[in-house]
Amino acid sequence: MKYLEEYRDADAARRYAEAIRRITQQPWTIMEICGGQTHAIVRYGIDELLPPEITLVHGPGCPVCVTPVELIDKAVAIAMQPGVIFTSFGDMLRVPGSSADLLSVKAAGGDVRAVYSPLDALKLASQHPDRQVVFFAIGFETTAPANAMAVYQAKLQGVANFTLLVSHVLVPPAIEAILSAPECRVQGFLAAGHVCAVMGYEQYEPLARKYSVPMVVTGFEPLDLLQGIYMVVRQLEEGRAEVENQYSRVVRREGNLPAQQLVAQVFRVVDRQWRGVGRIPASGLGLAPEYAQYDAERRFDVSAISAQESAECISGLILQGLRKPWECPAFGSRCTPEHPLGATMVSSEGACAAYYRYRRQAAKEAVDG
Amino acid sequence: MSRMGRVSFGGVIKEICLAYVPEAREGDWVVVHAGFALDKLDEAEALQVFEYLEQVDALNELDEQPERDAAAPPVEGDER
Repeated sequence: MKYLEEYRDADAARRYAEAIRRITQQPWTIMEICGGQTHAIVRYGIDELLPPEITLVHGPGCPVCVTPVELIDKAVAIAMQPGVIFTSFGDMLRVPGSSADLLSVKAAGGDVRAVYSPLDALKLASQHPDRQVVFFAIGFETTAPANAMAVYQAKLQGVANFTLLVSHVLVPPAIEAILSAPECRVQGFLAAGHVCAVMGYEQYEPLARKYSVPMVVTGFEPLDLLQGIYMVVRQLEEGRAEVENQYSRVVRREGNLPAQQLVAQVFRVVDRQWRGVGRIPASGLGLAPEYAQYDAERRFDVSAISAQESAECISGLILQGLRKPWECPAFGSRCTPEHPLGATMVSSEGACAAYYRYRRQAAKEAVDG
Repeated sequence: MSRMGRVSFGGVIKEICLAYVPEAREGDWVVVHAGFALDKLDEAEALQVFEYLEQVDALNELDEQPERDAAAPPVEGDER
């Protein structure tokens, strides 16, 4: 076993698709939360294997996409200051702020670096004690343990020239925001496997009960997705609304307890602005008071910066599953991965980028009729 | 410094933080995100996706069974 190629077996995929067809009696709309799942669905054509009754809509689970413009403007402002080394995951560098992106700061002579892990940023801080090293800490619950460890280690090692620009978001409040919207048409969820690897899935059980929606914790390979969809459809057809775990080779109900403990120690739950969606109460993480000295927003005094979304970009509707990327008039013309209007076209997990990369022709035909 | 380990990604070796999987030993499979192992892969559960498919297909055959049974001849030597 290599635990990868096996889950792309074409014959098993066809059998799963057939099994889904057999049990589907009514139309159902299912949302996958995670941008990684969106990409796998579009890349492998999972949606095209499904019966016409099943509609998949893509959720807000792309961390780069939901980071508000304001935070990007703050990142740009910090990165332009002399003596700063600004570090980030690579896909954040090309996301447009109000007037610039981080890559253009780099082109203008700023020290902006893509890193693989926040520990790499911490190492840079140790190596350059005369510089200020800032890490752009974005992401869902999956990334929070990594960022928590970087700050915890910085404090332990007395590395004072290291800070985080934090824009952490949480999945369950986003699901609740989607489900409580009057125009919501989502009837079942594929919950994100790697978020649940960290947090477990107990948090989802009250949501499934309250809104009567089945939720299946699902992995990222084609067979994972097909099995997850089968399990959701089966619950819908049987009138059940439970939390089930498709991704049992990785996820346990209680999640990863050591990771949860450090996240709870370093961060606290705060309100967060979601790009294109708006403010959601208690939907993110900020540094806890004991770690406030590692908060880049305090050290660099950028709290006055505020920004507006691009008027033309409909990423908010895309992220809530209310529109498909090709329904945007700018898709593929005024908005491309090279010249994006919004983050959903930039990120490797963004829905618009996925359709641009794998479905441009089909999207064009859908528009042209 | 917390516990680090060498993890091979299809042959590409990276230094990965193992602080969150204290039970991980040499030869184990781990899920990695942003330089951190988040969980050990449970090899006993790895075939679940195929076993579930077998059950789903078997369930379907069972549903189709009654018609076939009605037409089937009695089993030889059946003592009832």
